Amino acid sequence: MSTTLPLGRVGERVKRVDGIPKTNGEFAYSSDLFAAGMLWGHTLRSPHSHARIVEIDLADALTSPGVHAVLTHEDVPGQKRYGLEFPDQPVLALDRVRYFGEPVALIAAEHPEQARRAAERIRVAYEPLEPLVDPERALEQEPLHDERWTHGHGYRDDPRPNVVRHLVIRHGDPDAEGAVSVSGVYELGIQDQAFLGPESGLAVPDGEGGVDIYVATQWLHVDRDQVAPCLGLPPERVRIHLAGVGGAFGGREDLSMQIHSALLALHTERPVKMVYNREESFVGHVHRHPARIWAEHRADADGRLVSVRMRILLDGGAYASSSTAVTSNAASFACGPYAVANALIESTCVYSNNPPCGAMRGFGAVQTCFASEAQMDKLADALGLDPVELRLRNALAPGDVLPTGQRIDGSLPVAEVIRRAAALPVPELEPLPREAIRLPGGAGNTTRGEGVRRGVGFAVGFKNIAYSEGFDDYCAARVRLREDGSAEVHCAAAEVGQGVTNVILQVARTELATDDVVLAPHTTASVDSSGSASASRMTWMAAGAVQLACRAALEERERTGGEVDVERIYRHVRTSPLDPETGQTTGERSHVAFACAAMRVVAEVDVELGLTRVVWIGTAQDVGAAVNPQAVEGQIEGGTAQGLGLALMEEIQTQGGLITNASFTDYLIPTALDMPPVESVLIEDPEPSAPYGVKGVGEPPTVVSTAAVVAALRDATGRELTRVPVRPDDIVGL
Amino acid sequence: MKIELTVNGEQREADVWEGESLLFALREKLGLPGSKNACEQGECGSCSVLLDGTLVCACLVLAAQADGHDVVTVEGLGATGEPHPVQEAFVEAGAVQCGFCTPGLVVATVDLLAHSPQPSEDEIREALSGNLCRCTGYAKIFDAVRLAAQ
Ligand code: FES
Ligand code: FES
Repeated sequence: MSTTLPLGRVGERVKRVDGIPKTNGEFAYSSDLFAAGMLWGHTLRSPHSHARIVEIDLADALTSPGVHAVLTHEDVPGQKRYGLEFPDQPVLALDRVRYFGEPVALIAAEHPEQARRAAERIRVAYEPLEPLVDPERALEQEPLHDERWTHGHGYRDDPRPNVVRHLVIRHGDPDAEGAVSVSGVYELGIQDQAFLGPESGLAVPDGEGGVDIYVATQWLHVDRDQVAPCLGLPPERVRIHLAGVGGAFGGREDLSMQIHSALLALHTERPVKMVYNREESFVGHVHRHPARIWAEHRADADGRLVSVRMRILLDGGAYASSSTAVTSNAASFACGPYAVANALIESTCVYSNNPPCGAMRGFGAVQTCFASEAQMDKLADALGLDPVELRLRNALAPGDVLPTGQRIDGSLPVAEVIRRAAALPVPELEPLPREAIRLPGGAGNTTRGEGVRRGVGFAVGFKNIAYSEGFDDYCAARVRLREDGSAEVHCAAAEVGQGVTNVILQVARTELATDDVVLAPHTTASVDSSGSASASRMTWMAAGAVQLACRAALEERERTGGEVDVERIYRHVRTSPLDPETGQTTGERSHVAFACAAMRVVAEVDVELGLTRVVWIGTAQDVGAAVNPQAVEGQIEGGTAQGLGLALMEEIQTQGGLITNASFTDYLIPTALDMPPVESVLIEDPEPSAPYGVKGVGEPPTVVSTAAVVAALRDATGRELTRVPVRPDDIVGL
Repeated sequence: MKIELTVNGEQREADVWEGESLLFALREKLGLPGSKNACEQGECGSCSVLLDGTLVCACLVLAAQADGHDVVTVEGLGATGEPHPVQEAFVEAGAVQCGFCTPGLVVATVDLLAHSPQPSEDEIREALSGNLCRCTGYAKIFDAVRLAAQ
């Protein structure tokens, strides 16, 4: 599928090129694929959160109707383990399962129902083991892994069992005394990405021992680099192609069915399609880390922060995924976008038998923003200062130094976003009586408004853009310029819904000064890696790569005439690791750049029934330069909804490590009735080191909105509300 | 078993297993993957179709129940060369991101506007509250409905 683009250059409000096909069913998602003679794959998963596997008996399953293959770890021809950063996760369980839903065996059959029935006929003898489910006790329990997978990667050497990463950031004199001190303990539940399109894809054997995998993912090349060794194949014999992606939000950074479908396809020599249902999707990807955070903030009598001390405990679940980076991100942004001379931040992530956690929009910064902004409100209260004024007095600015020792040298308009968000007029109180739909409890008709109180909350958050701590982060683009002036662009940047396809085309049109540009299919087969559609980096990185390749193509044509075809790699500024003992940057910087957002929320709370209604949200966000303002607003509105979800309703619940609410009936995400209008102001303060001055925009709204929504609930109820999601019981005080 | 039904104005036949949903039959047997499967429990609205003119979740209807009935899917509303005004409004308003919810929302919006050509804000929210969208936060979807109503 090639895409012809409508008019639109960098900075213009343009329609999505994939828009119309997505409205009429023509756009093919990874679950829509079909190949002649294809089989359906299915995964048998562990019903235990921790158990030893004594025996697996496949005999009955193998003779089940329609079955073509039943595979276990013995059928994995190459490496038995994989992982985004550390290969600690078995492709199929070896002798032990460590989380509920861990894959144990695979089946390929002619009909998906036949595959499911055959799975029921596999007999696995488990010996259940005591699950490790309390992260506070993880460091004294038997190690869940025989090897220390994350050891030896430049992190602090922590010999305690079950440590994924332990990081201490020590800056200035953390014992410095202030005129006032406030402290609190905060907690966040496990949030799910809940992308609407479940994990799915199609693996097609090429007849020569290699395989083509069509899948919804965030990073094609890193998938290939994990899949190929497990199949025992060189990377070029595994080609990964992007199929339509039904949302991602971090949940598609790790592999799901990629290796599994390829194993089945190579084994049966038939195309194999796998599609998770919603229940399986809840165990089929990593989640946002649940956290417990202990914080103490000290300030002088004028409200200037003197020191911040914070201890962060993240539950990483059974496998490492990207937990080491989440650990340091949580720590890096623990103090919020404020200048603090003295800080002691300790961030620890542990292994457990709870659901594995990894990347989700906001990546560690969501958790600490929730704690840190609650602390700022407490501080304002203790000092008798207006919360907005307190934040302005401490706002970080270019030239200031972060607790990691990094000086901010790019754009970071914290005071500006605070002022602009605070200046947005709050809607007037709607008179009573009103339609039930406009009251907390909504169509449930639970109140006429007697117990309803209104509250206004404010929060500020910030986060890094792109990969940090010395990671070699790059993006490739290839441009073919034909003699007739038309161009074809290749870039593997995953279109996950954020609109990077439009970004690529807008940049190419701008650079080549022609409308005649098409984007070739996203694949590992024709272009080098783009890096991940993660960390608010893809727009920046793809714009950089396409700009470089277009300019090189024009130069080349100038020199040679005729058709040219060039590929270029774009890298952002280099970053350095954090010192393993002090958490200080070992070079000029450990993060590339930052983006911030401020948000004001009006909520109504029925303090007798514990029900809430968010009435209005106003936000000002630092966006660098908007490539497509309509898409930027869409990111802000959508990102805000996910943060509101964590504040009010979203939590994966577990018992002994078993997920008890793996459905949209029991895991609630915001609906059209839950979302208020979101008024957004885009602050364009170009980032000097980025192409066109762009910044990533996807994460800041999610970072700040959980904190801002809960601040409004606190204002309405007068309660501390230290845990999200806030439950009706917490509001009523049960 | 064999079923016969009208799909998007065409007489169609399919060989289905008794347990198959209308959604599975549309997607896997009739070559119409436009209706999406995001929950199979009637919670998300991604599979919305019109069955004899009534908005239903195709995942909750057995294929066998549709035997002899009339089904309109998102593919039947408009194609790329000739989009339905509601489809155009969704793109114009920026209501499409990943788009997985979009077919269901387009069908639900067509149904809403058929019953209430000028819906109020509250009516729009209520009518679309059975359609989950994880990407947009709904604001631009409401814009799209208002745009289509003009
Ligand atoms: S798939 Fe039918 S309602 Fe979700
Ligand atoms: S656009 Fe992605 S779910 Fe709605």
